[in-house]
Amino acid sequence: MTTEAKSLPTPIPARPRRRGGRVRRQQKRAAWLFMLPSIAVLGVFVVYPMSQALYLSFTRYDVLNPAVWLGLKNYTDLPGDPAFTNALANTLYYAAVTTPLSVGLALALAVMLNQRIPWRALGRTAVFLPVVLGLAIVAIAWSFLLDPDIGLLSYWLGNIGLTSNQGWLRDPNLAMPAVMLVGIWKNVGFYMVIYLAGLQSIPKDLYEAARIDGAKGWQAFRHLTWPLLANQTMLVTILCATATLQAFDQIYVMTRGGPYFKTETLVMLIYRQGFSEFRFGYAAAISWVLVLLILILSLGQLVYFRRRAVTY
Amino acid sequence: MATTGNTQGSAVERVRTTSSKPHNPHRMRRVVMGAVVLIVSAAMLLPLVWMILTSFKPEVDIVTYPPQLFPRHLTFQHYLDVWNRIPFARLYLNTIIFAGGVTIISLVLDSMTAYALARLQFPGRDVVFIAVLIMLMLPFQVTLIPLYDLLVSFGWTDSLHGLIIPRATNAFGIFFLRQFFLSLPKDLEEAARVDGAGEFRIYRQIVMPLAVPALLTLGLFHFMYNWNDLLWPLIVNQDQAHATLPSGLALFMGQHVVEYGLLMAASVMALVPVVLFFLLIQRRFIEGVATSGMKQ
Repeated sequence: MTTEAKSLPTPIPARPRRRGGRVRRQQKRAAWLFMLPSIAVLGVFVVYPMSQALYLSFTRYDVLNPAVWLGLKNYTDLPGDPAFTNALANTLYYAAVTTPLSVGLALALAVMLNQRIPWRALGRTAVFLPVVLGLAIVAIAWSFLLDPDIGLLSYWLGNIGLTSNQGWLRDPNLAMPAVMLVGIWKNVGFYMVIYLAGLQSIPKDLYEAARIDGAKGWQAFRHLTWPLLANQTMLVTILCATATLQAFDQIYVMTRGGPYFKTETLVMLIYRQGFSEFRFGYAAAISWVLVLLILILSLGQLVYFRRRAVTY
Repeated sequence: MATTGNTQGSAVERVRTTSSKPHNPHRMRRVVMGAVVLIVSAAMLLPLVWMILTSFKPEVDIVTYPPQLFPRHLTFQHYLDVWNRIPFARLYLNTIIFAGGVTIISLVLDSMTAYALARLQFPGRDVVFIAVLIMLMLPFQVTLIPLYDLLVSFGWTDSLHGLIIPRATNAFGIFFLRQFFLSLPKDLEEAARVDGAGEFRIYRQIVMPLAVPALLTLGLFHFMYNWNDLLWPLIVNQDQAHATLPSGLALFMGQHVVEYGLLMAASVMALVPVVLFFLLIQRRFIEGVATSGMKQ
C-alpha cells in the first residue's frame, strides 16, 4: 500500500510520521469516520447507479417490469436508429460550433477587458452575469425575444434582413443557431474570467521586452499572449466542449428538441427515451455513448495541448 | 465640445472633450474601446433588461406590434397575479429548501471528507482520492436512469428529500476543499494534536474557521448550481407540488397559453436571490472561478 501510494503523484509530501502506532491508528479510525457519510452517499447515489447504468444498457427495462437481458442489442441498434444518429449529429454540430466561438469570444473579451479602458468594470460584470442566471429561466425570456409575433429581437433582426416567417424557434434552419446563441451568451463569461486570470499572471516586463524588440499589438498577441495562454486555452476548451456535449436546459425550454428533432441533442434524447417512452435500457446505452464522447474529447485535447503548452 | 476639460463632468464627457484634440490617437482609441465595451454590455444585458421591463408592462403593451423595449404604462399586476395563477409560493419554498438544504449538508460532508484526504494519514487515502477524481470526470447524466429507478424503489420520487439526499455530497466539493485544506499551514493543528485534541475538534475549531472563504465560494457554487438546475428536479418530481422554480416554470410554459407578463414577473423573482448573492460577493466568486482555472 505504501509503495503504491508513493508512486502516485500527490501534492502531499510523503513525510512519514514517527510518533508511534497509537496516533496512526487513531488517525486511520478518524479518517474513515470523517469520510463515512460521504462514502455512503457517493456509494449509494453515484457508484451503484453507475454500475446499474452499465447493466441496464444491456437490457430492456421500463421500471414497471423486470429487466430483460438483451446482450449488446441496444448498442448494435444505435447506428441504425435515425433518432440516435440525428441526436449524435446535432450534439457534435452544437459542440463543434459553440466551442470555438465561445473560446474565441471569451479570449477577445478577456483581452479587451484586461486593458485600462472606460467602463471596464461594467463590461466584466455584464459579460459574467449570465453565468449565474438559471439557463432554464432566462431561456424563457429568450424564447419570447425570438417569438415571431411579440419578439423584440426577431423584430430587430427582421429589420436588418434576418427574418423568418415561422419565427426562429420554429424554423428548422434557424432553431439550432438560436439555441447555440443562447448557450454561448450564457457561458462565455465563465471562460472569460479564466482567461482574465491567465492574462493577469503574465509578467508585464515580457511586454516591455517585446516592445523594445518592436513587437506590439497583434504581433505581441500572436507571439507572446497566445502561447503563454496555452494552459488556459486547454482548460477552457475542455470545459466548454464537455459542457456543450451535455446541452439540455435551453433546448428543453425553447424548442423541446424540435422543430422536426432539429435541436434534439443526446441528453434530450436520453430524457425522451427514458422519461416519455420508458425505454430505460436503451437510454442507458445512449448515456454511455455520451460518456465515451466526453472521455475521448478530454483525452484528445489533453494530448494535443500538452505538446503546445508553453511555460515561462 | 471643444472647450477645455471640465473636471466636474462625467467620465464620458471628459473622454469626449479630450478626444476631440486631433493629436492624441491614444485617447481616440480609448473612446472607441469604451464604446465597444458599452455595446457589448448592452447586448449581454438585453435579455435581462427586457425581462425586467416586460414584467412591468400590461399585457396589451407586450403583444403590441412593432415590439417595444420600454413600457408605455407601468403595472405591478403580474407580480400580484403570479402568486394565484401558479403555485408560485410553493415553487419558491421548494427551491429554497432544495438549494439551501443541499448547500448546507454538502458543505459539511464535503469538508469532512476533504479534511480526511488533506490532513490525515491513512492507508487507502490515494485510492479514495482517485475515486473522487474519476467521479469528477463522469457526466451526471449517465446515472440519471438508474438513479430515478433507485428513487422509485425507495418511494422517494415526488418528494423534497428525494431531491436533496442524493446530492448531499459531491466529488467537486471534496476536490475543491481538499486543495484548499492542503494550502493551510500545519503548525496549529500539530500543536493541538500534541495537546491531545481529537481530530473532530481540530476539524471544527481550527480548520473550518480558517476555511471560511473557501466554504463561502463553494457554498455559492452549490447554491447556484442547484437553484438553477433543471434536469434533476424535472426527473425526480414530475408533480407541480414538489417542482422547483426552473422545472415548475418550464412546465407552466409548456402547459398553458403563454401569459408573457406573468411568466416574466415569475422569472425576475426567480432570478433575484442568485443575482443578489452574486452582486454581494462578486469578487470572491469570480476569484473562485479564476483560481479553478489556475490549477489547470
